[in-house]
Amino acid sequence: MEKGWVGMGLESHLGDNILTTTLSTMVNWARKSSLWPMPFGLACCAIEMMAVVAPRYDLARFGAEVFRFSPRQSDLMIVAGTLTYKMASVARKIYDQMPEPKWVIAMGACAISGGVYNTYSVVQGLDEVMPVDVYVPGCPPRPEALIHAIMEIQKKIEKESL
Amino acid sequence: MDNEAIATFIKTRFPEEIVASHILRNELTLIVKKEHIADVARFLKENKELEFNFLSDLCGVDRIATDGVFEVVYHLYSIHKNHRVRIKALVPSEEPSIPTVTDVWKTANWHERETYDMFGITFDGHPDLRKILTPDDFEGHPLRKDYPLDGRQPAKLRDIYRKGEA
Amino acid sequence: MTESATTTTTHLMTINMGPQHPSTHGVLRLLLELDGETITKAVPHVGFLHRGVEKLAEYRTYHQCIPLTDRLDYVAPFSNNLAYALTVEKLLGIEIPERAQHIRVLLCELTRITSHLLWLATHALDMGAMTVFFYCFREREAIYDIFEMVSGARMHLSYIRVGGVSRDLPGGFLEKIRTFVSEFPSRINEYETLLTDNPIWKKRTVGVGIISAEDAIDYGLSGPSLRGSGVNWDIRKSEPYSGYDKYHFTVPLGKNGDVYDRYRVRIEEMHQSNKIVHQALNILPKGDCIARIPNVTLPTKEDVETNMESMISHFKLITDGIHPPKGEVYASIEAPKGELGFYLVSDGSSRPYRLKIRPPSFVNLEALPKMVEGRLLPDVVATIGSLDIVLGEIDR
Repeated sequence: MEKGWVGMGLESHLGDNILTTTLSTMVNWARKSSLWPMPFGLACCAIEMMAVVAPRYDLARFGAEVFRFSPRQSDLMIVAGTLTYKMASVARKIYDQMPEPKWVIAMGACAISGGVYNTYSVVQGLDEVMPVDVYVPGCPPRPEALIHAIMEIQKKIEKESL
Repeated sequence: MDNEAIATFIKTRFPEEIVASHILRNELTLIVKKEHIADVARFLKENKELEFNFLSDLCGVDRIATDGVFEVVYHLYSIHKNHRVRIKALVPSEEPSIPTVTDVWKTANWHERETYDMFGITFDGHPDLRKILTPDDFEGHPLRKDYPLDGRQPAKLRDIYRKGEA
Repeated sequence: MTESATTTTTHLMTINMGPQHPSTHGVLRLLLELDGETITKAVPHVGFLHRGVEKLAEYRTYHQCIPLTDRLDYVAPFSNNLAYALTVEKLLGIEIPERAQHIRVLLCELTRITSHLLWLATHALDMGAMTVFFYCFREREAIYDIFEMVSGARMHLSYIRVGGVSRDLPGGFLEKIRTFVSEFPSRINEYETLLTDNPIWKKRTVGVGIISAEDAIDYGLSGPSLRGSGVNWDIRKSEPYSGYDKYHFTVPLGKNGDVYDRYRVRIEEMHQSNKIVHQALNILPKGDCIARIPNVTLPTKEDVETNMESMISHFKLITDGIHPPKGEVYASIEAPKGELGFYLVSDGSSRPYRLKIRPPSFVNLEALPKMVEGRLLPDVVATIGSLDIVLGEIDR
């Protein structure tokens, strides 16, 4: 706190060791700083997703390194790769099993729009199956791009109200 | 043995069953009558001179537009003798079927399932002929030339999974 | 004791593993029938990543198929490029320049190293050894930097063209590889320190997932999975392509065909690949990196600007593509996972009439039930890891 700053209202009675804030700011701060991703690795992008947790890119710097393979323990679903018709119901089931609040990243061209695979077996975009918060283009996107997507999710969380 | 020697050797043993043979880019192709495919396969594997113990690949080719048939293509290799051969059998396009070779090479199991899935060719005597790659409710055989590339079933999933959403 | 307890009956339990499971290396689904903790029956279900590549290839020109092959075995994209290019080159009956061949071998062996590193990282992670994962990714990033230098992409290089490679190696490239090659053997020793004599690792792998040499051939296994059972078959030796006969290397073999032997084979293969890269660096000749064949490879930029015929040829190749002769060929290479083959049927047009991919993982996975039936449930995880499957090429 700035030197010589005199608090207003309640704060002036609490001294230097107590800060006041709104509940939603506090909760959003907690949520965005400890995202638990659910890695839904389907294809090539999953390899880059692994690179993100590996030493060079180290997702732990953003508080999101705790990859949980159980949807019930996670709040961020990273769909990395080509979603096929055979897999669509599984993806939706995993999404439904995640507790609220939850966010979804569509990683890579295939998850965004089917990518190069305009074929009989590929879903033409993850948003046919579930709502998506952030799309990451690339084939596959570089690890930096995925980190950027996670930062965008964090920005989005900051703006949410309880 | 070189390709020509292999061709002569097999044709001497199966004068009736082998319909034709040709060599392109140093690859030998033999065309076999489909009824005899299992016999020929067993001979190729068990004969001490040939010893084709490794089935590299088995697949189908849609030739309906030009010849009115499916081709079932077998790529064989001998690990000990280091030679290859391609065997082909022509299967009519109406109710296509051919004897299985799963009891000759175990690896043929999944290859035949895939060919069944992609082309609809049934393999008589196959122990477990089910679809392998496409979903269970998928109708048709996608690698047939008359199946459209974007023949998704259904065309959009939005109506199923995101009904009622804006 | 109540009466019901004395008349207890036992029954088999069926459990589902996957398609969303951390140790199935993608979207493999297994149905396991258990008697207690012993597996009585294992049924793999595949196709969850079936993208229709073989169908899609029929609608693309020969060059447009190259990026599709990248995404089959996405852990070793360069090997796929190579196998496909060799198939088309065989059909066309063309020779490619020495320099291009050596560049291909060099990058192909680096790819083998990345692929084996990913296998080791995930295989060890599945069994609870997390440090190995971090170590392996350290070296993978070093190789990805090399790939990025040469092609601009970290994973999907698409660096090969029919007739050679897309451009010459960039400046500073060879020095970078030299640094990597000199360091890498000591890095492999680091992994080995963590695993090879580790009693926990040995308990999980020795005598697990055994397959005999005879069965392995019958099931069509290839690559390290076959050589772990002691069968000496490596396509680089038996049918050398891209000038592999000019290199000195040995083919490591296992004895018992268990998970541990397959582990030892792959570790030793990384040493051998490193040796090949080293040799390739030393004998890399000067010259063209792509053959100049009219109507197959693009003319040089200079020619396009000064010569009318080259301009037309360039235009036709870009818009229409190559027209190989009518016919069919099969070419296969020793990919990191085994025999990767392409069967190409051409009707003389600019698009493949049929492109069949023979993926090693598809065939290797078929032998999984044979390896795990009668064993314990945790052995499934070890065995899947030791087969080194990639669902991209299983399902295509």
